[in-house]
Amino acid sequence: MKRRSFLKIAGAGLAGACAVPVAEALTHAAKTEPAPGAITGKRWALVIDERKCLTKPGCNACLQACHKPHNVPAIPDPRHEIKWIWKEQYQHVFADSVTPYTAAALKERPTIVLCNHCENPPCVRVCPTQATFKRADGIVMMDEHRCIGCRYCITGCPYGARSFNFEDPRPHIAEPTDYPTRTRGVVEKCTFCSEQLAVGKRPLCVEACEGIGCGALIFGDLGDPSSAVSKLVRGSDLARRKPGLGTSPHVFYIL
Amino acid sequence: MLDKALTGSRSYWTLLAVLSALVVVGLVTYLQQFSQGLGLTGLSRDVPWGLYISQFTFLVGVAASAVMVVLPYYVHHYKAFGKLAILGEFLAIPACFMCVLFIFVDMGQPRRVLNIILHPTPHSVMFWDMIVLNGYLLLNVVISRATFRAERAGLPPPAWVKPIIYLSVPWAVSIHTVTAFLYCGLAARPFWLTAILAPRFLASAFASGPSLLILLALLVRKVTKFDPGKEAIAKLGEIVTYGMAVNCFFVGLEIFTAFYSGRPEEVEHFTYLYAGLHGHNVLAPWMWASLALSALALFLLFIPKLRRNETFLAIAAVSVVAALWIDKGLGMVVTGFVPSALGHVNEYWPTGREALIAIGIYSLGGIVLTVLYKIATAVREELQA
Repeated sequence: MKRRSFLKIAGAGLAGACAVPVAEALTHAAKTEPAPGAITGKRWALVIDERKCLTKPGCNACLQACHKPHNVPAIPDPRHEIKWIWKEQYQHVFADSVTPYTAAALKERPTIVLCNHCENPPCVRVCPTQATFKRADGIVMMDEHRCIGCRYCITGCPYGARSFNFEDPRPHIAEPTDYPTRTRGVVEKCTFCSEQLAVGKRPLCVEACEGIGCGALIFGDLGDPSSAVSKLVRGSDLARRKPGLGTSPHVFYIL
Repeated sequence: MLDKALTGSRSYWTLLAVLSALVVVGLVTYLQQFSQGLGLTGLSRDVPWGLYISQFTFLVGVAASAVMVVLPYYVHHYKAFGKLAILGEFLAIPACFMCVLFIFVDMGQPRRVLNIILHPTPHSVMFWDMIVLNGYLLLNVVISRATFRAERAGLPPPAWVKPIIYLSVPWAVSIHTVTAFLYCGLAARPFWLTAILAPRFLASAFASGPSLLILLALLVRKVTKFDPGKEAIAKLGEIVTYGMAVNCFFVGLEIFTAFYSGRPEEVEHFTYLYAGLHGHNVLAPWMWASLALSALALFLLFIPKLRRNETFLAIAAVSVVAALWIDKGLGMVVTGFVPSALGHVNEYWPTGREALIAIGIYSLGGIVLTVLYKIATAVREELQA
């Protein structure tokens, strides 16, 4: 056999061998059922009542309730920060609503931001590996084991809701919990506490806000017309971030 | 044929040695990045893409530009490009190769990069970019190999390669179109959200790629006995003139649309790029240098007497490459992130180690280019003798 024809045959064989795992990956779409005791919904959504939130200046209950249990590292370098839920100034969250006459106090008002769990999430559209995907119940999830760290989702997200692990997060976690820590080089974000829903509990930020008697965060199923969020969404003047982009965020604000 | 690359003059080996040393430096630096993460770059929450992705974008243009010699030669039978076609194809190969490497070093989890193939995702433009880029690399390898072997044997290119050559023409357009789609399909980034991005990319590619080819052709003529031909080089000069003129026209269109409409989200990005925002203006001097170089290049190219003078043509070509490298390899990607999605102005500038990795990749591409050009010129010298 000539060297060239050997190389050709070997090449074809190698290509065939590579095709097998590809075909397997394509056919093995996982089928899962929610665990008994899980809360299920048709379309999860969060309403943030800023009027209530403002009654507790300096309150960080929701942020702490989220970041500590989820092992979100406290990285001092702001360029490398990981954030799932945090506060931004009103003028950055609702830039279109700011006029030349808006008072500084309103412009600088701290406003809670997190992943919007969009109906048409651009992050999911651009992800080349489906490491980020939208569940049937509307939650935009992250598979940090599949993520290749290309950061296209961060580029595609109009809300700055995604964080990339520029360094190993583990040295920056003071008291690690049972929740899986992430590795460097992957993207992460809020998951609407899918792990809480799976065991029949509501998101930690929502529970914490209720726990301090504020109730500014209202979580529920928009597929259930009698849920609190459904009633609020139907009857209140609600704002969504950057509605003109067609992403259809499912975090609503009462301003 | 590879044996031609194993014999060479002292300067040939010196060049390869210098490039290899830079590759080693880049590789060692990359291993640091591999173990520490992308934190050692200048990238941040607000600017997640920087030097690497910018170089990828610039080099896609260089790769695509091979079509500017392939199309006239193989489709229009423009004979003067007979000697140049192979140099164009041999430029596209290392350019594609460097594109792939720049994407690779940008990955946060490089070990998982095959997930793009294991979990193919047609709704992601990045998936298509991988296909068109690797496809174009393969096309150029196959075409240049077949045509070059035939030429060496004194035969016309084999018939089976003709359809592949024709396929490579739209394919070249596709690599830069799909690369533009990576950016212009994102509602989140108003700076890129313009239908003119793909045409602009192509115009800049058809200016910068042939400019590079002019410089390489002049160099080849100087250091070897192989002459790509005065007419061919002059024709490339005309192609660069059109490409650069159209590119500058497109840039003007963008600036008009942004500033006449006055939409803040577009005005802000262009203001940042050319003047700076809130005291952050690291890119502005570069962009003005790019404009000045563009103006100089257009002046030299527009006046036929100057353009036909090879010294001035070389100056114009250097200016075009530098102007467009600044535009695409430095400004275009980063500015999409400044201001950020949340309206923050945080600048990006590559770190020294990031630059070393980029230089390492360029050097590796330089080695591939040098070896391919060595083979091409040595065989040509042999044929001429």
